[in-house]
Formats: sequence, C-alpha cells, structure tokens
Amino acid sequence: MHGSINRAIEMFVRDSYGSKAWRDVVSRLNLDISSFEAMLDYPDLVTAQLVDELSQTMGKPASDVFEDIGTYLVSHPTAEPIRRLLRFSGADLGEFLDSLDELPARARLVIPSLILPQIELDEEGSDEILVRVQHDPDVPIAFGHVLMGLLRAMADDYGALVLLVHRGIADGHENIEVKLLAASYAQGRAFALGTPA
Amino acid sequence: MTEKCADSVLRVLDGLCPMHLVLDGQGLVVHCGATLRKIFAPIDPVGLALTSLFVVKRPRSGEGMQALLARKGKKVQLAFRAAPYTEMKGIVLDLSDTTPGCIVLNLSFGISLIEAVRSYNLTNGDFAVTDLATEMLYLHEANSAAMEASRQLNQRLQGAKLEAEKQAFTDTLTGLNNRRALDPLIARLVEKGENFALMHLDLDHFKPVNDRLGHAAGDHVLCEVAQILRKATRSGDTIIRSGGDEFILVFSSMPKQFDLNSLAERLLRALSQPIAFNDATCEISASVGIALSAHYATPRLDEMMEDADMALYAAKAQGRARYVVYSTALRHVSNDTATQQIVNGQASAGE
Repeated sequence: MHGSINRAIEMFVRDSYGSKAWRDVVSRLNLDISSFEAMLDYPDLVTAQLVDELSQTMGKPASDVFEDIGTYLVSHPTAEPIRRLLRFSGADLGEFLDSLDELPARARLVIPSLILPQIELDEEGSDEILVRVQHDPDVPIAFGHVLMGLLRAMADDYGALVLLVHRGIADGHENIEVKLLAASYAQGRAFALGTPA
Repeated sequence: MTEKCADSVLRVLDGLCPMHLVLDGQGLVVHCGATLRKIFAPIDPVGLALTSLFVVKRPRSGEGMQALLARKGKKVQLAFRAAPYTEMKGIVLDLSDTTPGCIVLNLSFGISLIEAVRSYNLTNGDFAVTDLATEMLYLHEANSAAMEASRQLNQRLQGAKLEAEKQAFTDTLTGLNNRRALDPLIARLVEKGENFALMHLDLDHFKPVNDRLGHAAGDHVLCEVAQILRKATRSGDTIIRSGGDEFILVFSSMPKQFDLNSLAERLLRALSQPIAFNDATCEISASVGIALSAHYATPRLDEMMEDADMALYAAKAQGRARYVVYSTALRHVSNDTATQQIVNGQASAGE
C-alpha cells in the first residue's frame, strides 16, 4: 500500500483521537515503526490490520471508518492542502461531480506513484449520477466508502445539498448514487484559486 | 468612417477568449473580454488607447499599431500600467482586410499566472474551459505540497542519520572506535574475568600543530597516529580515540610472555618520529598512563580510568614521551608529582 494512504489513516487517528490513541494502535499492532512515511510503500497486510484494529476500537464497521477518513480528508485543517486540490476540480459541486472520473489522474499528478482505483460516471438524470469505483477484493481499502465521506464533506464545502447512497459491490465496482438536491443550499467555505502570498 | 467588427466575430471572441481586446486602426479599444473587464474594473477600457492601459515591452520597435501589426503572428509582450504591473503575453490578429477596423489582441498571463490569480482574485470561471490555467495552478499547488512532504521526509532522515551517528561506535576522522565503545568492552572483560590493561595515551605538543599549521594538519597527525597505533598493536586489541588528542587502548587475552613495558616503549618511540604534512614537519610525542585489571579485586571502569589518568599525569610530569603504570604508591607521591609538574611546565616555557 502506498505510504500516503497509511499516513492519511494515521493522521486521521492522531487528529481525531489524539496522539496517545495512535501510540496505542501502534503498540497493539506491534508495528516496528511509530509513524508512516507518505513517500514509502508498506505491505498491504499492515493496512488491513490497521483498518481492522480501528474498526474494533471505534466499535463501528470498517465501511464507516472509511467514510470518516474521507470526511476527515476534506474537513480537517491538517488536510487543507487536499481540500484545496479537490476544489480545483470545479467551481461548484456540479462541476466537481462532473470531473470526478479525473480524480485518479489528478492524484497521480500530485504523487506519480499513487495509483487510485478508476472511477466511472453514469448519468442517470440531470441531477443524478451513478459513481462506479473499481473494486479489488485484495486491496484492504474500500475506496468507494472513502469517496462517500469525501463527497459528503465536499458538498458541505461547496454549500450544496446531496443525497448519497452506497449501493454495494456489483461486477467489480462499488456503486454510489449521488443526487444533487441543491447546488447552492448554504454558504459553503471560501476558496480562491490563488493562495495568499 | 468607423466600421465595426462583425457580431459573429465578437460572439466567437466572447465565447472562447475571455481575455481579448478588439482594437481599431488607431489602437483604441472597441471591445473587451469579460475577464479583462473584471481586471480593469471600475475603469471601462472601451474607448481608451491600448497604450494608456499597457506598456508594450515587445516589440521594442515602438508602441504604435504599425509596430504591433508588424509582429505578424509572433508573440507580443505587454505589462499593465497600473499596479501590480502584471506582464502578459499575447498575439495580434489583423482582420481589417475582411472586417475593416477589427484588430484582435488575445492575451494570456503566461508564466505570471500564479501571481495574477492572486492579484486579481480570479476564479475558475474567469478562464476559458479549454484554457489549462486552472490545471497549471493545480499542478503548482500539488507540486508544492509534494515538495513539502519530501522535504519533511529528508529532514526526518537527516535527524535519524545524526541520531545513528551519535549512537555509532566509530570515530569518523580516524576510523578508530570512539569513547562509546569502551563501556560495553570493559563490562564484557570484567564479566569474563579476563586480565587486561587499560592504557590512556595523550599526545604531547599537539596543540601547537593545530595552532601553527591549522586543523587540516592536526587531522592529518591524528590519522597518522591512528595508523601507528594500529601497526604497533595486535588485531584483537582495542584502540579508541576518546576525544581531541586522547586515546585509550585496551589489551586483553595477554599471553604469559606479553611484555607491556616493551610495547609501551615501542609505541612511544614510534610516536616520537616526526610526521610530515605538506612541506612542514609535525613534532609530537605521547605520554601514557596504564592501569592493570590485576591490581583490582573487582575492576571498575571509572576507577581504572581515574588511576590511568593519574599515571598519565605522572608520566607527563616526568617530562613527556614517558609511560607510567599505576600503583598505589603513586597516590602517596601525588603531591610531589604536582610540584614536579609545575617545575617542568616552567622549564619548558623558558626554553
């Protein structure tokens, strides 16, 4: 697994539950490191054990843990660079959803070695799309659930109202139904293309 | 007579080029794209001369329309007359042969994009969908984020390297062991109940080498000394550079006929030979204090080091290039030794 994914999970735990919680996880898993490096690779097994451990200690299914991580990636101040990069994909949530299939390519522009599963979009109606996220049962991350959390937080970020339903796995894809109820429902968070100097 | 650009041309420009200006033959703005309008606001550029809005940087031949038109498809460079004087590049397309009074100047921020987006608070909608400006901004920010991550990794690696060096047992200059190697070694020897000798060796006249010939000479002498010590000892003996010009040698597994005295003499003789450095000669020698484990019921490193130190000072006091083996007798004469040391010091200062 790419280190940046393990690192994201680590930062999610540290920022949401504190550094002690992370040290506890590390000691329960008998990891021989105290922190993941975003630019290194780790065995998939480590990530799988990490997810299991979090699911047990948080007392919720792994899918919910993934959603929390997705939300964290957009909404936590630590992850602000990620939120900003995501906002470049569209001026409003409609545009953002429209370019969701570019997400893996955009991630590769940031980190060339980071391979995310392919995303396909099926337009169901004018404001309804089916997002199909490639699913590999050997990969210990359900990226569709991460995307659910991420989309929920991005909708808040744009001030839009959406309905999200995870339809489970069919023919090698996680399917997510996205219904855009209102593109500008609330204020949303500020975003300028240029960063302050 | 003023003729106007055809509406269809303007529709194309408005639809595809948000940063265009349409100029007449005199260089007055007759039409302006939406993004440029936003940048000029509250000033309305229509009716103003191009040269009142921009400084023409290229062509250098002049600011007149003739000069601009003469570029014929080559890029032109302009800079805003108002702060922050952002530079832009563009291209002039002269349509006046078919549409009289229609000269199109299409502009782009080029490499100034990142500052311009900040200065004019531009958004996705200010760029044409086909323009790669937002992708360039995305890449710029992505690149900064990735660089920051790799910078942090390098910093952590650097920290880990320093930590590893701190924990290492090797002296980086001479390749000998460093002081940290001593404790575990002595602990092991004591535990095994081995007979061993601890030799504390201090170079004489080393400071003048450093002062007179510089640190490079000093380093060279230390490396030469290390080499001499390696040659004069057995492979199983331990040589430690314990700091500056001080060395600690540990001799263990000593056979019956092992003659520590002749070894010490041999060492001192070898170290008294002049060492060449470039065109200069470095004259040093060494003084040695020795403590023997056999002297103690239970040898302890700190005690043995202290005693070897005392023997070393006694050796120095006897006039350098000497060695002394510690015995309890030394303690009783230590006051005399101290006196002698002062006398010797005065003598050498008077030389």
